[in-house]
Amino acid sequence: MNDWHSWLFWPNNVALSLLALFMLLTLFLYAARRQIHGVIHSLCYLVASSLRFAARWLFSAANTLRERNRTVLLAHGETEATAQIEREFERVTSIIRKDLQEYPALQRKLREEITRIEEDFRRCGEVPPPPPEWVSALESVAQIKSGGDIPRKLLEDINKSIQKIHDKTVTEFRRSYEDRHKILKGMLPTWRSVAQAMEQIDKKMVSLQDNGKRIDDHMAKYEAMRAKDDKAEHMLTVSGFVQLGISSLVMVIAMGGAFINYKLIALPMSEMVGASDYITNNLKTSDVAALVIILMEASMGLFLLESLRITGLFPRIASMDDRMRRRLMLVSLVFLVILAGIESSLALMRDMLIADKAALMRDLASAAPAAAEGGLLTHIPMAGQMIMGFVLPFALAFVAIPLETVVYSLRTVIGALLVLLLRGLGFVLRFIGVGFKRIAKVLEMTYDICIVIPLLVERIVGASGGSAPGRLRQQKSGSTS
Amino acid sequence: MKKHILAALSILGLLSAGGCGDTHMHSQAVYMLVDTSGTYAKQVSKAVKIVNYLLATLNPGDSLAVAKVESRSFTEKDIVDKVTFDKRPSRATEQKRAFKARIEAFAQGARGSAHTDITGGLIQGAEYLNETKAGIKTIVIFSDMEEDLDKGAVRDFPIHLDGIRIVALNVTKLGSDNADPRKYLDRLAHWKARVKKAGASEWVMVNDLENNMEAILGGH
Repeated sequence: MNDWHSWLFWPNNVALSLLALFMLLTLFLYAARRQIHGVIHSLCYLVASSLRFAARWLFSAANTLRERNRTVLLAHGETEATAQIEREFERVTSIIRKDLQEYPALQRKLREEITRIEEDFRRCGEVPPPPPEWVSALESVAQIKSGGDIPRKLLEDINKSIQKIHDKTVTEFRRSYEDRHKILKGMLPTWRSVAQAMEQIDKKMVSLQDNGKRIDDHMAKYEAMRAKDDKAEHMLTVSGFVQLGISSLVMVIAMGGAFINYKLIALPMSEMVGASDYITNNLKTSDVAALVIILMEASMGLFLLESLRITGLFPRIASMDDRMRRRLMLVSLVFLVILAGIESSLALMRDMLIADKAALMRDLASAAPAAAEGGLLTHIPMAGQMIMGFVLPFALAFVAIPLETVVYSLRTVIGALLVLLLRGLGFVLRFIGVGFKRIAKVLEMTYDICIVIPLLVERIVGASGGSAPGRLRQQKSGSTS
Repeated sequence: MKKHILAALSILGLLSAGGCGDTHMHSQAVYMLVDTSGTYAKQVSKAVKIVNYLLATLNPGDSLAVAKVESRSFTEKDIVDKVTFDKRPSRATEQKRAFKARIEAFAQGARGSAHTDITGGLIQGAEYLNETKAGIKTIVIFSDMEEDLDKGAVRDFPIHLDGIRIVALNVTKLGSDNADPRKYLDRLAHWKARVKKAGASEWVMVNDLENNMEAILGGH
């Protein structure tokens, strides 16, 4: 209280003292107006420029990061497209090797069958009936000028022979037609065979055409990537997000499986490494051991899929020679089978331990003994646990595929999100910077409100042709604002 | 390369050493004093139930001892049975079965003693618990908490129960308590003050054995 009173000129008259203080303060603020305005302006400008600089840096960093993302994304996309094109070419090669390798034989067969058809066709050509020999004989008879029985007899003989020849010719003609029909009938399977061969060739050609189309599509994508097309980049980014989503979902499901697996072996592991051993305050050794077994299974699965070239996380494995790779595959598979066997036996032990503990609990509770165990019902959960223990490691092995996708797509997604974040931050900083620019004016005006009375006096004096310094100050304040 | 292998081995060694050190920190040790003096000897069947509960609750690696409170209880002879459960659950289960059988045999042949030396039992219990080096140490007193010392037994000196939980179970009211309940309350207050003064970490009293068994081990 005393301290406060010491600021008063006339402690007995507080109001007057406060008024005097206010007047003094107002005068001081009026006198220092230009300097204070300068300080406000400078400070705001400093903050605004700093923020603008930071925003510019963030935008520049975002652009650099985007470029880098783009390079990595397109490079990865190119690699993938190359692999797909290679795979399509391999398919084409295999079609050509498998199916069109037989093409010369097929062609030969076709040619032979066509030749046979031609021959048959030729053979079945219509044979004209032999020219009637009796025509010339008739002409000779007709030239005989003297009549009598001789020509009549001759004509009768001719008639008889003509009848005979006619019958013979008709019979032969019929036989030859019959032969031709037989030949034509014999041609039917050959025609069918030719049609089938042509159909096969057609199918293979269609398949080849499809492969060709697919290669064309991949090539178009590849070319777009090579040309660093924005559309290709966008497509790859979207694909990265989708792949991450799908793979994450699969990974979550796999984690659920791993958790069940863990629950299955954590208890029996305590029988192996002790139930009361702890690695840290809250981490039981048996739990860690169970986790290690599961992680080892996942690792073995990873190596197995790597050596099968299903995944490509380890370039060293991918570049191994086939013999070595096959060995690695075999070793991984053997380890996986051993681990699955261990897990299966642990599942059995778990069942036994639980049954033992349940029996002890019954004893301790002095409850009536449980009904005699046995039968199929009691064995089903045990068998189920054992089968699960054996199968889950193999199922877990396939987690390598979504893992690979997550690893590759996560980079794209994180990169894209970082760019977004940097740009967002840059925008916010720039916005605040602009705000600070504007706020300088607001602060100056607020300051002027505090010294509104002297300013009013100055304006009145200035308006009534006041002093030059007053005008000058007014001009300056006008220029500052 | 050799250096790397050595470094890895030493890290593994340190980890395993750390693991061994932590084992005791998580283990529990329970020393149960069963009052067999006078009329309280009839309550032994209830004590067996408590022992069964402890057997069901304790884990592999934990320790359990059951001792009787007699005229002079500061002796190993009063320990009915003691066991430290094996780290393997299957072996621990076998040990629990055997322990249960021995306690039941004791309960059948329990005889009442003339005097009640709770202090001697507490000192003996603290000694046993400290030897186990367990992380959580508990003395369970199954008694009416009325100490009645034998002639010549000296127990009026400060005792040490540092870091030990004391759980008083089934503290029955005596005939005189019914006439003047202050005696019962004073008796409990006296023991509470005494064990707290001796450095006990906690004083718990459980009379509702049907519903409040979890309080014996403090929810560990």
